[in-house]
Amino acid sequence: MSAVLAEQVYALARRSVVRTARQPANVLAPMIFPMMLLAVNSGGLKAETLLPGFPTHSMVAFLLAVPFIQGALFATMNAGTDLARDIQTGFLNRLSLTPMRRVALLAGQLGGAMTLGLVQAIFYLAVGLAVGVRLASGVLGALVLLAFAVLIALAFGALGIFVGLRTGSGEAVQGFFPLFFVALFISSMAIPRNLISITWFRDVATVNPVSYLLECVRSLVITGWDGEALALGFGIAGAIAIVGLGLSTRALGKRMAR
Amino acid sequence: MTDYAIEVEGLVREFKKGPRAVDGIDLVVSPGEIYGFLGPNGAGKSTTVHMLVTLLPPTAGTARVAGYDVVQQGPEVRMSIGAALQEAALDGLLTGREHLRLQATLQALPRAERNQRSDELLERVGLVEAADRKVKTYSGGMKRRLDLALALVHRPRILFLDEPTTGLDIQSRTALWAEVSRLAREDGVTVFLTTQYLEEADVLADRVGIIDHGHIVAEGTPDALKAEIGRPTVEVVPADPAESGRVAAILGQFGEQAASTRGVAVLLRSGEADLAGVVRALDSEGLKVENLQLHQPSLDDVFLAKTGRSLEGEAADEAA
Repeated sequence: MSAVLAEQVYALARRSVVRTARQPANVLAPMIFPMMLLAVNSGGLKAETLLPGFPTHSMVAFLLAVPFIQGALFATMNAGTDLARDIQTGFLNRLSLTPMRRVALLAGQLGGAMTLGLVQAIFYLAVGLAVGVRLASGVLGALVLLAFAVLIALAFGALGIFVGLRTGSGEAVQGFFPLFFVALFISSMAIPRNLISITWFRDVATVNPVSYLLECVRSLVITGWDGEALALGFGIAGAIAIVGLGLSTRALGKRMAR
Repeated sequence: MTDYAIEVEGLVREFKKGPRAVDGIDLVVSPGEIYGFLGPNGAGKSTTVHMLVTLLPPTAGTARVAGYDVVQQGPEVRMSIGAALQEAALDGLLTGREHLRLQATLQALPRAERNQRSDELLERVGLVEAADRKVKTYSGGMKRRLDLALALVHRPRILFLDEPTTGLDIQSRTALWAEVSRLAREDGVTVFLTTQYLEEADVLADRVGIIDHGHIVAEGTPDALKAEIGRPTVEVVPADPAESGRVAAILGQFGEQAASTRGVAVLLRSGEADLAGVVRALDSEGLKVENLQLHQPSLDDVFLAKTGRSLEGEAADEAA
């Protein structure tokens, strides 16, 4: 990457982070909301740990994977709505009139989303450790977990940017948020897939990519080093990232047709 | 290589399911000239600017800016121009200084120069004190001035200003006019300025193109355009309203009657040269005058003559 491009990416990523940091609701909501859900669910679903075959005695450890995915969803919404706002206000036109390369805009916007994703992940991990969760994969596993959080922020962020570019509307991006949330709820979010007794639900959870993202995080927290879970998690997140980047690059090309 | 800063031939822009927003316009702008593109809302001004700054591809025709084709040589065009478009596209969460530094980085100014250039422009547009405030706290005039500063970061040779003073108070408007005028006179920047304000075009522009329904209906210097369509009017308000008839009879010797709401007006047959004769005739008849005014033809008269509509009337309707 040339020095000029690197500076452009840094400047745009910095803008994205500064924007988020100056809107306290955008910083606090992705941190507090998943933690509240974790507290409620780990209390309410504690009895699950008594099921034969349940992988851990700690419901908090089991559910700690969920905030990482929810955090990525918030990153999706932020990245997409920010770009949609830039389209609505004409700021994208201003950027288009500079020699800035398109890749700098995408990379900068995603850099902001990944930074936010990383900060959120450190916070979730710190809360988990503070309430007694111990990572079976150790310190190295924590680093892999953070890397995975950044990857899913990139993957979902790219999808958010695609929706923002296609629709040019922050409201439309926010309209996609419930869809992503539904995908989270019909996954192995609350119970391991092998313990889901309702066939259709188990089948849906099995084909739902979100299940494998959760299980990747869960493996690092509960199991230790599970090559298959890691490969599936990183593979699926990588595939979503590639699809998202491809779609958003194409959409940006159309939006900045010049 | 063309000698013109901007050269447009047969430029057309059609939108899907819409009329031709720009319908075959031709124009040239010389280096260092301020070209005023005057017309009502929806006339095609902004669409033309969007094509010239490479944000919108033309449907037909050609346009060269700084000698570069806007379709084939977009990057070269963008390196040569600065633009402040109709909406002051700013990020309310960033400060003025952050905007300028971001713009300087994206324009690839050398790192050492960025802060100096930002400070220089903040000073020039009078935003030094507000430089570290978030833009969402700025007034409309401050946003417009920042917008102008952002367009100047990379020292462009050609500046596009799309209705830069719309919605501004008279003080902000005058300050912006002074800066635009200075840019052209002192720095030799070519300015392509769209406006719906007659006064703005009259005061600032070296030449004016009047656009209506996507066509250029008149073009020239403001004085030439006004001279082309008519003669000045003299309006006399008698001190005693009962003397209006006598005043009308005297003025009738100098030209045909024109509309006046306060007194009596005539279109001077021989132009301004008749004015001394009018004063002498009124004096020799012993008529006392409360007010006497010479009205030069305005650009609105030009617009009226070319389109059958009044630009001022349309602006007032839109404001209402």
